[in-house]
Formats: sequence, structure tokens, C-alpha cells
Amino acid sequence: MLSQVLVNGLILGGLYACVAAGFSLVWGVLNVINLVHGSLVVLGGYLAWLAWRYLGLHPVVALPAVALITAAVGALIQAALLNQVVGAPVLITLVVTFGLDLMLNNALLLGFGADYRTIRPAWSLGTAELGGLRVPLDRALAAGAALAMTGLLWLLLRRSWLGRAIVAVRMDGEAAALMGIRVRLVYVATFALGAGLAGAAGALLGLVFPISPLASEAYLGTAFTVCVLGGLGSVVGAAAGGIALGLIESLAGLYLGSQNASIASFVLLILLLAVRPDGLFGRKGFA
Amino acid sequence: MKVAALFAASILAALVLAQVGGPYALRLGMTLAMDITLATSWNLVGGMAGYPSFATAAFFGVGAYAGALAQGAGWPLPLAWAAGGLAAGGVALAVGWVVLPLRGHYFAIASLAVVIVLRQLATNWTGLTGGGMGLNLPVMASSPEHQALVFYAGQAAVALLAVAVAAGVAAGRLGFALRCIKQNETAAGMLGLDSRRAKVAAFTLSATLVGPAGAIYASSVSYIEPGDVFDLVLTVEPIIMAMLGGVGTVAGPVLGAALFLVLEQTVWANFLSVHAAVLGAVVVTLAILLPDGVLGRLRRGRA
Repeated sequence: MLSQVLVNGLILGGLYACVAAGFSLVWGVLNVINLVHGSLVVLGGYLAWLAWRYLGLHPVVALPAVALITAAVGALIQAALLNQVVGAPVLITLVVTFGLDLMLNNALLLGFGADYRTIRPAWSLGTAELGGLRVPLDRALAAGAALAMTGLLWLLLRRSWLGRAIVAVRMDGEAAALMGIRVRLVYVATFALGAGLAGAAGALLGLVFPISPLASEAYLGTAFTVCVLGGLGSVVGAAAGGIALGLIESLAGLYLGSQNASIASFVLLILLLAVRPDGLFGRKGFA
Repeated sequence: MKVAALFAASILAALVLAQVGGPYALRLGMTLAMDITLATSWNLVGGMAGYPSFATAAFFGVGAYAGALAQGAGWPLPLAWAAGGLAAGGVALAVGWVVLPLRGHYFAIASLAVVIVLRQLATNWTGLTGGGMGLNLPVMASSPEHQALVFYAGQAAVALLAVAVAAGVAAGRLGFALRCIKQNETAAGMLGLDSRRAKVAAFTLSATLVGPAGAIYASSVSYIEPGDVFDLVLTVEPIIMAMLGGVGTVAGPVLGAALFLVLEQTVWANFLSVHAAVLGAVVVTLAILLPDGVLGRLRRGRA
């Protein structure tokens, strides 16, 4: 029973890592808590649902297109609105992203209604038996793809010209600007990357959970908790924190009952913050 | 002097409305009074101390449930409403002690998490709260007109109290401490200010004012459920009102609440299905174009 719960926790954790990676990137580089993130995840879920419903595409196949579309939405948000308030007091950036979230979530609610949608792909990998353990392969595939997307971000930040520019801006925006980096453009690219990852995570989560606009709040909470657990702004931290949270939630579901699992993770979040106000492995200066 | 005159004028206006107002006017008056309470209370923490709190809905919900349970146990209305305030204040004292050492984003999200945790608790704790099914309050025997007057009087009294408390805080030691915290908390601590105590005091005071507003709201709708009284919109609207009028001032949230009500009645009451989206658009526009509020803009214009 326990090892089965751990398997489920690992699968959940892989997905959570992808939900949190983009959120963490935006927070670290722009110093903006992106409250739209949860709704972007849900948007990705609906795009994957549309691709499945009308084109018959498996979410993993639709993944690149979904990520590109949500990334474009993200780029638009950053270029049109958020670039105006980067560096403003915390209250202003929080209020702007909250307002954007109200708009996007309302749009999703109008477009798709409040009832839950599920994706049932035409081909299923079924379930593997491993020494008495049941591994649902579709979900494992989703988690694997989510971790792969997270790994892709890591590679991009290390190896590509754009990635180095993003890291430079994160470390010192003014110095980066003096080196000829166009900081505003890097902001747009960063937010687009974050939104793209959110969309990808949403598409993959569609394989595991029903899709509903009401879920956005929980995804936002997940992203934040993972950042606190794993440390802010590092991709590896997001992956580790995501897997840790997945395991914690599964265990809490086992021992406290599933309806209390989300309470457990939020209480954990508050207590963790109370003990370590900058996050578990957080560095000072990103508050 | 000017503040005292304005305050006396508001009391007079509230009394006049109670005498001559019809049901619709009383209903509007009740909503305005509730908005003033919420915006003014948020301003104690979010405006004066500069701590971006998203916990207003938590206190509103606790006040609503405590008031509803007290009323269900047969307490008279004013006592039940006061119980809502005490319960919310108690929760704020405990929660504030834990989350107020956090700063910036971390505080904001922790305060948001408090709302979500309490809403989940209210949903799961079926024995006490009726869970997701909601909670019915005892039906009052008096006529609808009389009830409208009672609820209006209750919200108006709480609003006047809230503004008086805010004015008192702003003029006193606590207000000074909060403004120091806003400007530079570390420096204030070096000078011997116990910033945690000041912040917890403001947080608790703010919740004690929000709680009765929630309790009176519960009495006036006579049915509550977790999604309704722990609604995040209740957290956001007061912030918008305070920003609309001017954050950190005593008059700002009052003015902002009034402007907000006008906007609500004229603009988006007509677009129910896109209410949240229009609200979001107003918020975004406001934060980008008018970050200091109407009062701030007027002051800057004069200077």
C-alpha cells in the first residue's frame, strides 16, 4: 500500500515540477509573483482537450503546439502590460496579475463552462505490474514528459544564447543592460517560457485530472509551495520540490484522508514559511 | 478638525438615510457601509504598514460563520455580531503571529493560503458548518422593511466604528509604528520598535472590524456556504477600493468604496456573466495608470 502511494506520489511530483518550473523562472527573473499561472495551466488543459476532441490528437502529441500557443499568450501579456510594472511595489504587481487572472479565468469559464472535461485518448498504454505494484503507464508517460519539459528548460538556460541572457538579467539587470542585452525583450521571453511550461503542464495534467477553471487556484498554490520547498529560481529546485510535494500530498492523502490532502499542503506551506521566511533553500533578496 | 466635521456629516447622512430611505436605498447603504468597513480595515495592514494582505476573506468568513452559529444558538443579534468580531480577531491574532514575520511576496501568498485553508476547513468540517451544503440562519419574525433597517444600521455602525478606529490609529502611536514599518522595517527595528507586535496588533484590529461585517452579512442573507463567505473577491475588492481612493490615508478607502459602488451600479451590474473579467480589467487599468489613487492624484496635481 505504502509503495503504491509512493509511485502515485512520484507521478504527481513529476507533473508538479513542470507546473512550478515556469512560475519559479518568472518569479526569479522578474521578481513578479505571477497569479495568472494557474489559469495558464488550465488554458493548456483546454487547448489539449480541444486538440483531442476535434483533431483526435493525444495530449503528448499536441504538447508542442499547446506550449507555443500559451507562450504566445504569455508574451502578449508581458509585452502589453507587465513590462509597465516590473520593479513596481509588490502590491502593484500582485494586483495587476490578479486582475489578469480574473479576466482569463472568466474567459475560460464563459468559453468552456464550469463542468469538468476529461481527455480519453484513443490509444492507452494500460497498466504495468511490477512486483505487485500497479503503474498506470499513461500517467507515468505524462509525468515523464513533464520532467522532460523541465529538463528542456534547464538545458535552454545553460546552453542557449537566450538562456544565458535570462540568467544574466536575473543576476543583475543593469549590468546585463550595459552588456547590450535588451532587458525588456528578455522579460518578454522569460514570461513566454513560463507560460509555455504552464500550458505544457496543463496539457499533461489533462491525462490525469479532469479539466476545470476552478482548478487554477490549486495549481497556483502548488507552484508556490514547490518554490518554497525547492528554492526559488532554480530549475533543479523546482524539480526536487515538485517531487517532494507530490510525495507529501500522496502520503497526506493516505494518512489524513484525500479531502484533507490540500489542507495539509497549504498548512505545510504556512509552517515552512514561518520557520524559514525565505523558503527552504531560498536566498535572501528575492522576497 | 476637517476629519471630525466629515465624520459628523457621515453620521448625519447615515441617520437621514435610515429615516427616509426606501428598501433599495437601505440596501445600497448597507453595501456601501460594508465596503467601507472592509476597505478601511484592509488599509490598516495593507496601506499603513504596506503589507499586501490577501486575508480579508478569511476574517469575513470566520465572522460570518461565528455569527451564524451564535445566532443559531439563540443569541441576540448584536451579541452574535460581536461574537463574529471576536472570533475573527482571535483567528487573526494566532495566524498573524505566524505569518507576519514574512515579508513581500511570501507574506502575500501566506495570507492567501490562510483563506484557502479556512475555506477547505469550513467545507470539510460538516458537523459544525454544514460543509458544502451550507448553513441556514434562523428566520427573523419581523417585516422585511424592519429587517432591512436593522441590517443597514448594523453595517453603518460597524463602518463608522472602523473609520473612527482608523483615524485613531493614524493619529496615535500604532499608526506611527506602522508608517515606520512601511518605510523601513529593518531600521525601525534597530531603533527599538517591536515591529512584530505592531503588525499583529494592526492585523488583529483589522480582523475584529471585518468579522462583524461578515456576521451581519450572514444575518442579512440568512444562508451561507464556504464558497460564498470565503470568496477571494472579498479579498480583492477592498484592495481595489483602497487603491481607487488612496492607499494609506483614512479618507482614501471611504472615498474609494463610494466610487467603487457607483462603478458597480452603473457599469458591471449590467454584465453579470463577465463581472469578474470587467473587475479584472478595472483593477489592471487602475494599478497601471493610477497607482496612488484619486486622492494621491489630486494631491500631486495641487503640489
